Parts: sequence; C-alpha cells; structure tokens
Amino acid sequence: MKHFKLRLAIASALAITASLVYAETTDITVGVTLEPPHLDPTGAAAGAIDSVVYANVFEGLTRFAADGSILPALAESWTVSDDGLVYTFSLHSGVKFHDGSSMDSGDVKFSLDRARADDSTNAQKALFSGIDTVEALDSTTVRVTLSAPNGAFIFNMAWGDAVIVAEETIADAKTNPVGTGPFVFTNWVQGDSITITKNTDYWGTPARLNSATFKFISDPTAAFAALMAEDVDAFPIYPAPENLPQFKADSRFQVLIGSTEGETILSTNNKMPPFDNVKVREAMSHAIDRQAIIDGAMFGLGTPIGTHFAPHNPDYVDLTGQSNYDPALAISMLADAGYPDGFKTTLKLPPPSYARRGGEIIAAQLREVGIDVEISNLEWAQWLEQVFRGYDFGLTIVSHTEPMDIGIYARPEYYFQYDSADFQQLMVDLNAATDPDARSTILKAAQQMISDDYVNGYLFQLASATVANANIVGLWHNAPTQATDLTAVYWND
Amino acid sequence: MSFLKSTLRNRSFMIGASFAALFIGAALLSYLWTPFDVTKLDIPHKLRKPNAVHWFGTDHFGRDIFSMIMVGARTSIAVAVVAVGIGIILGVPLGLTAAARKDSLLDEVIMRTNDLVFAFPALLIAIMITAVFGPSAINAIIAIGIFNIPVFARMTRGAALSLWTRDFVLSARVAGKTAPRISIEHILPNILNLLIVQGSIQFSLGILAEAGLSYVGLGAQPPLPSWGRMLAESQTMISFAPHLAIFPGIAIVFTVLGLNLMGDGLRDLLDPRLRQARK
Repeated sequence: MKHFKLRLAIASALAITASLVYAETTDITVGVTLEPPHLDPTGAAAGAIDSVVYANVFEGLTRFAADGSILPALAESWTVSDDGLVYTFSLHSGVKFHDGSSMDSGDVKFSLDRARADDSTNAQKALFSGIDTVEALDSTTVRVTLSAPNGAFIFNMAWGDAVIVAEETIADAKTNPVGTGPFVFTNWVQGDSITITKNTDYWGTPARLNSATFKFISDPTAAFAALMAEDVDAFPIYPAPENLPQFKADSRFQVLIGSTEGETILSTNNKMPPFDNVKVREAMSHAIDRQAIIDGAMFGLGTPIGTHFAPHNPDYVDLTGQSNYDPALAISMLADAGYPDGFKTTLKLPPPSYARRGGEIIAAQLREVGIDVEISNLEWAQWLEQVFRGYDFGLTIVSHTEPMDIGIYARPEYYFQYDSADFQQLMVDLNAATDPDARSTILKAAQQMISDDYVNGYLFQLASATVANANIVGLWHNAPTQATDLTAVYWND
Repeated sequence: MSFLKSTLRNRSFMIGASFAALFIGAALLSYLWTPFDVTKLDIPHKLRKPNAVHWFGTDHFGRDIFSMIMVGARTSIAVAVVAVGIGIILGVPLGLTAAARKDSLLDEVIMRTNDLVFAFPALLIAIMITAVFGPSAINAIIAIGIFNIPVFARMTRGAALSLWTRDFVLSARVAGKTAPRISIEHILPNILNLLIVQGSIQFSLGILAEAGLSYVGLGAQPPLPSWGRMLAESQTMISFAPHLAIFPGIAIVFTVLGLNLMGDGLRDLLDPRLRQARK
C-alpha cells in the first residue's frame, strides 16, 4: 500500500497538488436567494448581478469597504482640482483583465463614456451625468472633468454600475463577464449555480479561496435545510429571520447581524386619490406601529426609520417621532381630511417575507383606523409590471437597497410619483456642494422635507443577517451595497 | 326503516359523516362565534404553544389558530361547495345531452371538449386563471369548478347511455316523449344516487385543491384564513413551532378522509344491487 502511494505520487504531479488542496479548505459555497438575469453589472438594475460579481470579478476606480467607506481600487490615488471640477486618477500599473489583455486608461475612458452615452443601458446613469469629459493622459492617468462640482463623485465611482470593463469583451459580458478582479468567472449552470475561481494573475492581494460557488436558493425552507445539511457554507442576507435563534444556538454556525442600505417603506402612490392629499398620508403614518412590524415580520430585526435615510449614516436625522403610532390621532386626521369613514385601497406585495408579512400587519393596523386594505400578493415580474412601471397601485411595501438613494424623490416619474420643486432644487444644490458640512446640512433638510410631506410610510431599515459556517473568516457584517465580497474570505481550520 | 338501520350500521359512512359534520358545524359556528377575532393581530403573544386560552396555540402574528381553523373551514367548504355546484350544474346537462344524442356531432363536440379540459391538471387551470385575473378565492372556485365539469359530464353520459337502452325508456319514447323530457323525467332520477356519491368525492377533492392553491398563494388572499396558506406560512417555523403546521394539516386530512369515507359509505347504501345483497 505504501509502495503504491509512493508510485502514484511520483507518477502524477497532479496528485501531489490534490493532496495539498485537501490539507485546507479553499472552496466555498454561498447561498443567494435570486439568480441574476445576466452577469453584466453595467447593464441592469438587478442587485443579484452585483451580489455575484461585485469586487470578485469586476472592479471600479474605487470600491465600497465592508463598513460602507470608500477605498481606492483600480485607481491607486487621485487628486481633485481646487474648483472641484477636475479629478485626476492615477491607475495601478500592470493590471490585467482575465483574458490577459492589460487594463489601462483607455479602458477607463471607454467604460465611463459607455455608461454615460445616450444609448447607454446603465441602470444608474445619474451617477455619470455630471461628467463633462474623460481623457486618457497616459496609460495610467485619467482626467475626468465635471460640468459642475459633485461631492459624491468618488462615492459614485464605487458603485457596481461603474466598474471598469474592456471594449473587446463587453459584448459577451452578460454570459461571460471578463473583469480585473481576484476571481475569474468559470461556469454558470442556469437555475442552479455560478462558479468563480481564483485569478492567479491578480494585480493586488490575491484571494485566499481557490473557488467559490453561488447557489441559487429562493425558498426560505430550502435555505434553512441547505445550511443545516452544510450544503452551503454561507448565506448572506438570509431570508428567514425566524430561524436565526436556531443557528445562533448551534456551534457549527456564526450569525453576523449588520445593517443594510435597505430603507423598507410603505410606498404610496402620491398621484392617486386620496393619497394625493398630504393630510391622508400624514394620518396613515400615525396608524402604523413600526415596532409591531419589526417584531411580527422580522422577528425583532431592524431599526425604525422616520425618513428615507440609513440610520448608520452620520447625517441621519431621527424623525420617527413625527409619525409616531397614535391610532386615535390617525382617525381624527382622516376625518379632517374628509374621510370620516375611511376609504378602500390596494396593497400590492412583492415576494420577500418582509413585504408579505409586513403587509398583513399594516393591513390590520390600517383597518383599525377605518382604511379597508385589499392585499394582493404578486411575483416580482408582476410587481415590476403593475407597480414599478405601471403605477397601478395604492400602496406597496418594498426595501430600497441602493446606498444614498434619497435622490429618487427628485424624480417625479419614479413609481411613487412625488413631485416637489423644492425637493428637486435641494438635490441640485446637493450635487453642486463639495463642502462636507454644506452637504450634511442639505441632506438633513432633504430628510426633513420628505418626512414633512409624508411621501411614503417609513417603516424600518432592513437588517442584514449572514449565516455562515463558524470557521469562515472575512465575510461582511453589513451590506453597504449589494455584494458578496469574497476577496478576503478564508477558512480558519 | 331498514334503510336507516343499514345506514347506522355502515361504519365508514358514520365515521365519515361525523368528521364532515364536525367541520361543517365548525364552519357554520364560525359565523356566530370564534374564540378570538381572526383578523386581529396580537404580536406580543405570538407563537404560543397550545394552552388553556389558545387551545391550538397562536401563529407568528399572535392570531388564535383554533379560530383560524374554524374560519378556514368556512373558506374550504365554501370553495368546494360552489366548485362542485359548477361541476354539477354545467356537467350533468352536458352529459345528458351527449347521451341523448349519442354518436352525433354534438356528442363528439361535447365529449372531446371535456377531454381537452380534463387533460389539464386543476392546478394548471388555476395558475392560468389567476395569472390572467389575479389570485383570489373566487378565481380558485372557478378553476376548481371548471375541472369538475368533465368529471360530471363523463359520469352522467356513461350512466345515461346504459339507461337509454332500458325498457322503461323505450316505452317513454314510444309514448312520444321528447329526448330532453326523457332525460329529465326518467334518466336523471335514476342516476341521482351516482351523482350524490360522486359529489361527495369531488367535494373532498375540492377541499384538497383549495388547500393546494392557497398553499402556492393562488387561493383566498389574506386576511381571510385558509388552511393551505396556514401550512405554507408555517414552513420556516416548523422546527420550533410545529403546532403551526400540525393543526391545519390535521384539519385537511380529517376533512378529506371523512368526506371520502362518507362517499364510500353512500355508494354502498345507495347501490341497489349491494342493498339487495345485504337483505
């Protein structure tokens, strides 16, 4: 037997490598609830794309860190002119795309010009709208000139929608993404999983994992079973908060609780009577008991919010007192607004449990003040069709997971259709402000304004719960953007 | 007298009928009284185990499960009754017509259309209907009802065909009665017992179908409780709050079992040949 082993080892170098591989675990299986529609993060709004490719396969000039701060990525450093208009990025040298071609200033110019072009399908074109020109000075220097100062420009460049892509490979990026990141896209089994493997030619700190598989598990019961059976090693944004105590009690697992950028709101159709009356919206806000929703729908996980802003942000203003739970007040305000007997409306709910369960609780709470709510449960495609694009709804519940997305209130065509010239001016001022104090003041005023206008029912900030094998190190606690950053993850065994 | 006696002696009928009576009784009672209001949420008292106050415990919103089962029975029974009603009202006349015009083009059209509908599972029809008109209890009723039409049409046609060759029908024809009159006056009364038996079996299938549809979210919408949705919602909590799944599960099993037993018993009681044999 010993002899055989020896012979085998000599005969095959592969066997040696294999036995080394078994010495420590270097692969991981990650559960995700949604399968991405395709894999080009610059071509769709779907967060499911970023949760696979962000930081792993594609990189931008800058990137989000686990705590939400901005770190340099492909840009080694940058300087800003005194008037705040000219950003000069100096890129890392020797960066290669996964196909072996080198990443230089030409690719940066191509990526930014492509994203802001008239025919661009980028889901976040607003991130690039302030760019006037992009010039490649030499192979590692890029000069971006803005048409107006934009204090959030560096932040914008960290989004998954702003990653750097190559002109030669972008056409096929939907099925074969080629980026610069520490992992290379390897395989996609439709309906089952996506596999990425370590990029051995990475320009920066290489990944410690050799491969990672993202497995699509949309059903919470199946997610629970997959974790318990150790079929998946980690499940970020775990979909069933009611199961967390069981994972916490089991020494095989760790449960990481953090914050997300997900403001969960009772979106209200501001153009549909009676919600076009601010008095009605204000009355409704007093009929809602946030704590009951957090306890009932999220099993205690979540932070109450009174405006559309993340509570962990330093500029957050706690305005929950302005819409405190007071059903008696809600009833009298409804009567003042001309609805002494309440009214009838629809509540259209997308599939996540925060919406389905939260919806049942809100419907019961609104019924207490005389508002007759008819619930209809929709699949995502129907929800996008009827609510998001069709404006055919009275109320809906959804979590807005993009970071710093208060700007959506300046878009009158956005599905809840808040149209306030004052607010739109505020966002113009915000984009022009580069001074941190001035920005902070404007952001606070903006939060106050949408709270005063009771645009939507502000419920709670979605918490992020990651369930993972206890030996895994380096997973994000918080979710500052939609991402499963595996670049620093390793097994501690 | 002997009929009553054999009824009481038929064990499966008595067991089945008492289960069915229990759930129909609970459904009727729920209109007048339930221990708690099923639409009232009481989140601080959620997920309580069965106890003296909440006999079947409370669910994840603190609602009383016993009350929800009572009101859920109402939903199930109402859906099943109307769905079977649709099946009988549309299916029986179609079957009678097809039998009266045996081998005609009309017979072919009716029966082949029935085959077509029958080829689709009820769930598929329901998904189709709800995709177009949106999920609701009404659409669940329509879906299950459509599925019932061919069941009754086929059964009626088969039974009626064998009657059309009998002497009493021939004499009615000689007497000059029209086919529709013969169907109503002579055929229908003679297949009534079959209809009753089939009705009770379809009724139990209807309850099962309603539970299945609401389990996948296509049946009665919240806040109206339904057994199928109670099961679906309990799924992720089954490991630490099994009572959430056990009670609606038992309710479905016992109702369906009861109705099936009752159907079997009815068949034995109403079948003249079996009745003859017992005497």
